Amino acid sequence: MALAGLFLVVFLLVHLGINLLLLANDDGRAFSAAASFMGTNPVIRGMEVVLFGGFLLHMLFGLLVSIRNRASRPVRYQHRNLSETSPLSRYMLHSGIIVTIFLALHFIDFYFIKIGLVAPPAGVERHDFYHRTLVLFADKGYSAAYMVGFLFLGFHLNHALQAAFQTMGFNHTKYTGAVKAASTIYSVVVAGGFMIIPLWVMFSR
Amino acid sequence: MNFTLKIWRQKNGADKGGLVTYEVKGISPDSSFFEMLDMLNQQLISQGVDPVAFDHDCREGICGTCSLYINGRPHGPLKGVTTCQLHMRSFQDGENIFIEPWRCGAFPVLKDLIVDRSAFDKIIQSGGYVTVNSGGIPDANAIPVPKHDSDASFDAAACIGCGACVASCPNASAMLFVSAKVSHFALLPQGRVEGERRVQNMVATMDSLGFGNCSNTYACEAECPKEISVANIARMNREFLAAKVFAEKEKTISFSM
Amino acid sequence: MINLNAGAPKGPLAEQWASYKSGCKLVNPNNKRKLDVIVVGTGLAGASAAATLGQLGYNVKVFCYQDTPRRAHSIAAQGGINAAKNYQNDGDSVYRLFYDTIKGGDYRARESNVYRLASISPQIIDLCVAQGVPFAREYGGLLANRSFGGTQVSRTFYARGQTGQQLLIGAYSALSRQIAEGNVTLYNRRDILDVVIVDGKARGVIARNLVTGEVERYSAHAVVLASGGYGNVFYLSTNAMGSNVTPAWSAYKKGALFANPCFTQIHPTCIPVHGEFQSKLTLMSESLRNDGRIWVPKEKSDVEKLRKKEIKPTDIPEARRDYYLERRYPAFGNLVPRDVASRAAKERCDAGFGVGSTGLAVYLDFSDAIKRLGREAIAARYGNLFQMYEQIVAEDPYKTPMMIYPAVHYTMGGLWVDYDLMTTVPGLYAIGECNFSDHGANRLGASALMQGLADGYFVLPYTISNFLSAEIHTPRIDTGLPEFESAAKGVRDRLDALKNTNGKESVDHFHRKLGKIMWEYCGMARNEAGLNKALGLIAELKAEFAANVCIPGGLKEYNPELEKAWRVQDFIELGELMVRDALQRNESCGGHFREEYQTPDGEAMRDDDAYAFVGAWEFTDGGSAPELRKEELRFETVTPSQRSYK
Repeated sequence: MALAGLFLVVFLLVHLGINLLLLANDDGRAFSAAASFMGTNPVIRGMEVVLFGGFLLHMLFGLLVSIRNRASRPVRYQHRNLSETSPLSRYMLHSGIIVTIFLALHFIDFYFIKIGLVAPPAGVERHDFYHRTLVLFADKGYSAAYMVGFLFLGFHLNHALQAAFQTMGFNHTKYTGAVKAASTIYSVVVAGGFMIIPLWVMFSR
Repeated sequence: MNFTLKIWRQKNGADKGGLVTYEVKGISPDSSFFEMLDMLNQQLISQGVDPVAFDHDCREGICGTCSLYINGRPHGPLKGVTTCQLHMRSFQDGENIFIEPWRCGAFPVLKDLIVDRSAFDKIIQSGGYVTVNSGGIPDANAIPVPKHDSDASFDAAACIGCGACVASCPNASAMLFVSAKVSHFALLPQGRVEGERRVQNMVATMDSLGFGNCSNTYACEAECPKEISVANIARMNREFLAAKVFAEKEKTISFSM
Repeated sequence: MINLNAGAPKGPLAEQWASYKSGCKLVNPNNKRKLDVIVVGTGLAGASAAATLGQLGYNVKVFCYQDTPRRAHSIAAQGGINAAKNYQNDGDSVYRLFYDTIKGGDYRARESNVYRLASISPQIIDLCVAQGVPFAREYGGLLANRSFGGTQVSRTFYARGQTGQQLLIGAYSALSRQIAEGNVTLYNRRDILDVVIVDGKARGVIARNLVTGEVERYSAHAVVLASGGYGNVFYLSTNAMGSNVTPAWSAYKKGALFANPCFTQIHPTCIPVHGEFQSKLTLMSESLRNDGRIWVPKEKSDVEKLRKKEIKPTDIPEARRDYYLERRYPAFGNLVPRDVASRAAKERCDAGFGVGSTGLAVYLDFSDAIKRLGREAIAARYGNLFQMYEQIVAEDPYKTPMMIYPAVHYTMGGLWVDYDLMTTVPGLYAIGECNFSDHGANRLGASALMQGLADGYFVLPYTISNFLSAEIHTPRIDTGLPEFESAAKGVRDRLDALKNTNGKESVDHFHRKLGKIMWEYCGMARNEAGLNKALGLIAELKAEFAANVCIPGGLKEYNPELEKAWRVQDFIELGELMVRDALQRNESCGGHFREEYQTPDGEAMRDDDAYAFVGAWEFTDGGSAPELRKEELRFETVTPSQRSYK
């Protein structure tokens, strides 16, 4: 699960990089070029399959582990557990589920259109993600939901990245503090980076 | 001091059990948590009621027998102490105190607050030792051990096997306990020899007994009365992955005479 | 009176064990598998013996009352374990360790056993290191040592303040390995309530399953008792709550002799009793006396004000403090041996100078040391102890003196054993604190761990084959034999009787009463009148217990009150024997101080002409007084001398 998660961490960075090209003031040329590259390059196409595998594995493992974890305590405590824990680490399943719901919406809006499963809205071409994005983010409700999704992804990532290091066996008296800091920075950058785009659409256009 | 106690009562493993409320009065703030329970039991005996059964033995924080889940935390509100080292001055006068047994499928309740922790023994039996006999041993100073490693090994070996890690873990995972034992040996040259075999066997036994998985909440470290570090869990993960990837297949040798 | 013979080998001390070992009979591996051995107790002695016997190939059954073997009370030992390694090159040797132990025991131990113990000690350290015990080390990677009371060399190996825990985990690991290999079967949560004798040999035990309440029978070719000491006869002690004399006591009642029961060690530095409901005493390491100064107020008026909390100890000026150890023993000062320091504290408190709410405490003051060395240095030396003290007492010992008082800590007496560690019942062995030990009338610090492991790892596995080699033709013992039948019936009857008493008072009530009698009349100082009075009080208590104990709950279930009741009933009987033994020994030696036998300045006065013997008691059926038998102690290597600390 940690391995699949780490893979997703890399993917998110790439995705963010491309999305941020939206901000370039070139009427979407750079973004569209990158999107088209991602959509046509055979290596990337291959990676896409791996990526889906990674997502599915990560979710599947997450679910299995959560089911097993709940089963390991058949009789629950009467008093709420007050043990001090790593921030939000108890709610990885919850934040994971919210992120999954978001992902489903995201697929309907973008990926399924791309592969032709869902018809694009009127006036937008199937492969024109740039305009598709602008149309979607013009809707304030959609933008808000989008940002909430990333807020939870941020929470998820904040714990996930440093936990993945721990699970892979990396814990060191000198470096673990740095890993935890990097994990927080990463989650803020990713969540914040994605959230800038709807804000930009809302306020600058 | 006076307290309202809400204590889990359960006649035996088959009984369903539930919380029962008791009042205790006139408790000295200097008495230990168990002395407070002793007083409750004396009161119950004089009323002809079955006293509350709880596990306890050394009452000085080292044997690891005591195992009470107090107000949502194993061993109560203080850090780095066992239940037996807890004193009533750590509570407010008139406070409601919830007392429950450790909860984990692998730790079935035997009676009231007493659980069966023999799952821990089974894990140790699957590899928590160095395979040496009492003869043919080299001199104790034959192999120098770096002081840092020896101290770190001691820190892990200080585990008292109480099970607070399991009790506090949202997943009832035994990773801190198992990793403390794996680390204790992994850090010493004497234990390294059979390190690959040990970590694989102990993890397999742990998994088979129905403990949950580690999701890195670190509640175990926060509640461990001996403050065992989760760095041990990372070390075990490292050992385990390395063993799975690099260890040779076990060779079964059969010989005839 | 029949004299006892230990069967120690002849010849020079240094060669005895080596030559004896070579002469021990052997059992071939095929036959070992057919021989069953029961081990009762899983402390250092029991766990190490069970593991080693399993490793040798015997079929071992091991019992403990705890939920797991790792919790036995050896785990609470703090200081360390002695071994004559001479790693420090400071002149240590097997002979010196032997000599220190004999002298420390006030010349009431058997030379041959003590020498064997000293000669085995280095091997223990080798084995423990191989097992992965994380002893303290120097930066060069080799083992560290520290010094301890009663010696002039540094021979104590340690693992911070948790040496007992680490050694026990080592033995528990070895035991776990044997359990996994199928050589040892573990029976946890079992109380051993009787020993079964068939045709004069120990052949099994009757256990009560503490979870189900079932009375169970277990058979074997030999039985090893490693059930620890009996300090809980005093109710308050540093022992664990469950520590009990029951297995040893049932052996005594089945014919094994009980030796030197009155030899108990009282440790001077424990946290004082705070109230009636106190259940347990906590030891503070003896090392504190290196830097702490012990005192009480000189004036009774100050004592009064302290008790009323009108003044604080720090308000009392230097001139009104009585540093009584420094006053009485200028040469050793605060570092006199345990028994001397304990008696001196009692003397001051009895005279009305005790402090604390109960008046049963003295101050252990670090302010001078903090002034001299700085707070940091003191924290580095004793930080964890100060923390522990603050945890329990809620006072900061850096700012105000600690309060301490002596408490029962270890019992030197126990089942009498010969050189093979066999009791007077063939096939019944006693090891560790359970036997009358190698410590004479007083045990040196860091020697209990050494003895437990020596017995279990290196002595018993050799000597038990002397007995078992003759048993290879004996088939597995049938638990249906009439002897098992009647022993089990006896246990059930006694359990029924306890349950059916339906009295008014809880078990703890009687235990506390017994503790007070023992502490008052058979504690740190004893005299004939007091001991005679105690005999009467104990007899009354025994009758009251039989008539008025109240045990709620059923027989066939988890019933902690029933467990305690059986143990306390045994303690009451043992208490009587201890008093008899203290009455019999008209001398003062080690932990046994008879007020009639002291020098004009209040020191213990031994009588080597009349009392250089082990006093072993034989149980007599039908209510008549037990009979005393003696093992003469001959000192061929060392010459007994009077101890002086002035």
